[in-house]
Amino acid sequence: MLTQILTFLIFFAVIGCILYGRRLIRTEKVDAVFGNPERALGGTHWVIVGSSFLLLVWLYYSWDIAKGFYPKSANELCQVAKVNDSLLGLKYQFPIEEREFKSTSQIKKENKNLKIIKNEIQNSKELNGQQKTILISYIIKANQLIPLLTNENLIEDETKKKIDDITGKINLLTENFQKPDYPFETERELNERLKAVKEEGGWGITKVDAGSGSIENTLEVPLVPATYRGLKFHAAAQKLNLISDEFFKLRNHNPLFKSKIKELKEEIKSYRKDLSDNEEIASTYAKNIVKIARRIEFASIYPPNALDKMQAAIIKFDNAQKDAQGGLRFIDMFLFPAGTIVASGPSCSEQGSGRWLPKPSDTFNKFVLMSKPSVGYKDIPLLWIQMVDVSKMIGFILPDWIADILPGEYPVHTKDGIVKQNFKGGVLKIVTGDFNLFKVPVPYGHIWDSFLRVFLGLIFGILIGVPLGLFMGLNRFAKGFFDPLIELYRPVPPLAWAPLIISVLGIDNTGKVFLLFMVSLSIMIISARAGASGTQLSKIHAAHSLGASKRQILRHVIFPNSLPEILTGIRVAVGMCWGTLVAAEFLAGTTGIGFVENVAKKYFQYEVIWITIFIMGMLGLLFDITLRKIIDKTIPWRGKG
Amino acid sequence: MSDLISQNLNMIFKTPKGETVHALKDLNFTLKKGELLTVLGPSGCGKTTLLNITAGFIKPTSGNITLNNKEIDGPGVERGMVFQQGALFEWLTVAENVDFGLRMKKEDPIETQKKVDEWLDIVGLKGFGNTPTYQLSGGMQQRVALARCLINNPDLILMDEPLGALDALTREKMQSLVLKIWKETGKTIILITHSVEEALLLGERLYVMAPRPGRIHKEYNLPFASMGLKEDLREIKKNKEFSQKREEILEMIWNMEEEIMGKDN
Repeated sequence: MLTQILTFLIFFAVIGCILYGRRLIRTEKVDAVFGNPERALGGTHWVIVGSSFLLLVWLYYSWDIAKGFYPKSANELCQVAKVNDSLLGLKYQFPIEEREFKSTSQIKKENKNLKIIKNEIQNSKELNGQQKTILISYIIKANQLIPLLTNENLIEDETKKKIDDITGKINLLTENFQKPDYPFETERELNERLKAVKEEGGWGITKVDAGSGSIENTLEVPLVPATYRGLKFHAAAQKLNLISDEFFKLRNHNPLFKSKIKELKEEIKSYRKDLSDNEEIASTYAKNIVKIARRIEFASIYPPNALDKMQAAIIKFDNAQKDAQGGLRFIDMFLFPAGTIVASGPSCSEQGSGRWLPKPSDTFNKFVLMSKPSVGYKDIPLLWIQMVDVSKMIGFILPDWIADILPGEYPVHTKDGIVKQNFKGGVLKIVTGDFNLFKVPVPYGHIWDSFLRVFLGLIFGILIGVPLGLFMGLNRFAKGFFDPLIELYRPVPPLAWAPLIISVLGIDNTGKVFLLFMVSLSIMIISARAGASGTQLSKIHAAHSLGASKRQILRHVIFPNSLPEILTGIRVAVGMCWGTLVAAEFLAGTTGIGFVENVAKKYFQYEVIWITIFIMGMLGLLFDITLRKIIDKTIPWRGKG
Repeated sequence: MSDLISQNLNMIFKTPKGETVHALKDLNFTLKKGELLTVLGPSGCGKTTLLNITAGFIKPTSGNITLNNKEIDGPGVERGMVFQQGALFEWLTVAENVDFGLRMKKEDPIETQKKVDEWLDIVGLKGFGNTPTYQLSGGMQQRVALARCLINNPDLILMDEPLGALDALTREKMQSLVLKIWKETGKTIILITHSVEEALLLGERLYVMAPRPGRIHKEYNLPFASMGLKEDLREIKKNKEFSQKREEILEMIWNMEEEIMGKDN
């Protein structure tokens, strides 16, 4: 419903804005001169057209428009696909969609194979004359098998009768199929089918697994025919499956062929048995000849005109089913761009852009679902709050060795099996956080984890990088000492360090924070250094003659003067850290946005992949906007000094 | 007692190419307390080097320079400096710039505030205390620089082309301000300038310096500064003696410049 309204809204918005834009151009005099930059001013209506266009393309190519306007079309197309799938094997026997009969192409192929082997045997240096003569005689015999199958006079009456039988069945199906009340469904069958349809759910439905509470893979296309038209195709497909099974069980083996092939097989078998171990090459050739003979035996090779009636019947059915599709063919053509619904065996799936480009409506639903803390992803919410006792934080911050260095011993159990607490034991409880205070809300979840990693990496980078950078900008020793170190590790792409760091520091936060620290450190050092060395000498001179000490100059002149560079550095570092983090989470880890995307990739959850992409984009934008605000607030003098 | 005395001051630089530049050669002069000295000369004559040595930013190769009988050894509060481009701290407001020196000395904030108001009033920036410096015009920035320097109560004020970057009108106003401050505070001032007119107008004494090696070419004692305290500066410029002196010095500098060109070619 929403999709339909949205589609119409977008459609009218685009048309309206284009018309408005045209009128504006006609009425505005400024536009008379090409090259006037004022032409580019304003233009909110074009923004609307641009974004609407993008949304429209998304709606269209994700097949969400098809889903919105014809929610049953995928199910119906699935039934049609089932028919096509069943018909495929039969169709391939005839020059309907192929260029030639299957029999013809198979004969061509095997003749060619026999010829190749024959040439190889004749030119072989490892085979002696006798072996060559015997093997070539086998080839000739195998070649002579083919006419036994293609001779119309040799075909058995029973085979002919069976072919007629199959043809009759196809014709009957076509006749029935064209009847309006096919497949003659009873009241009970109807009710059962509708119940199954209800249970199965609609196109692209998202389910939450009641057991684990996590999102299950969506049902791509419902299988049970939901409409009467669908049912017709479904029934026909089932019937066609039986018919085609029957056809492929049929063998055009007349007694003469049977005896000849048996003779050949036995001859080759006894010949191979008599060969000694050093005549392996001759044995291999003989084996290959038997293989070709077997292929000829099991290929459905028939005389040229034996299947004419059957071909006509199949074409007739194909036309009938195409007619029965009616408007569905146009829906398929226009509302399922760049692909369609295909069936393979028992299941149907989207094949094309609708598969990897999730429908906006589905994506939105899934996002809402995933945002629920009880659902989340892999049992962890995207972003939520949990109550954590303050004692845990105290235990985390205080190092455990505080208790160890205290005088005395830890409590030992008595002979009565009682453990008496003492002072040292009590301190240990405090430093390990084994007590209860009050609880405070703390955010957690995938988004929070990713954010925290970037934040910590950045903070450490700033805390160490800025002083070091300033020092390097002012001091020859520091510059000379640290420059080679930094220049050695900085040009390496951060992700190149990732495997090493992750295997040393672990897949948890430590490794990732350290990696991000490395990324931000070099950026912060370089920017702080540039800021420090870019301080105007006159400012430092002025501060000196105003009586400032070295420390004061560093604190009150050089540091604020470097702030624009430092803040720009932070902005760059945030971007770099964000990019590196997601890739690092791809490599290893159990939480984080990158982790979610990586898992979704493994299960082909395209909606989740797009959701993570969206979240990452939004968070990146949020970081940048926040930093830009901070920059505007803290260094309003930038570029005006 | 509180004189600035320079004895055999020599400054030799080594350029990165390995050439030696004799920036100052055997400079001897004495500046008495309360005198206003202007220094004029073509570029490369060592004016700024002289100022930097006096300020204590660089050390002379040989010779010594003393202020109040104390050898100058590094920058100090008793020698305030005003730069061509203000060199204000643009991240601070006007008042914060002015009280920078006092804050660094950690003086009483209430006392400091009083002094700031006083000085802002003197340089004509009353009410601009909370304005960010980057919003000020060039002339106002130089007023802040003056106030920032004077609030420290230095014995000697060094000005390195302080009015060089200002437009003609602002420049004239600032020249009056410099004279006014000189008279009211009685400070010793060394002012370096490119403008002959400015040097004549402001200088109680005037040194014309010559380049290669940098040395004092000619010394003048001028009456115009004391006149400027009473009269309008523009009137002085119409003075016959003034024009005569101006032509004389201009000629001198032109000759020096030509000599340099000749040397270069």
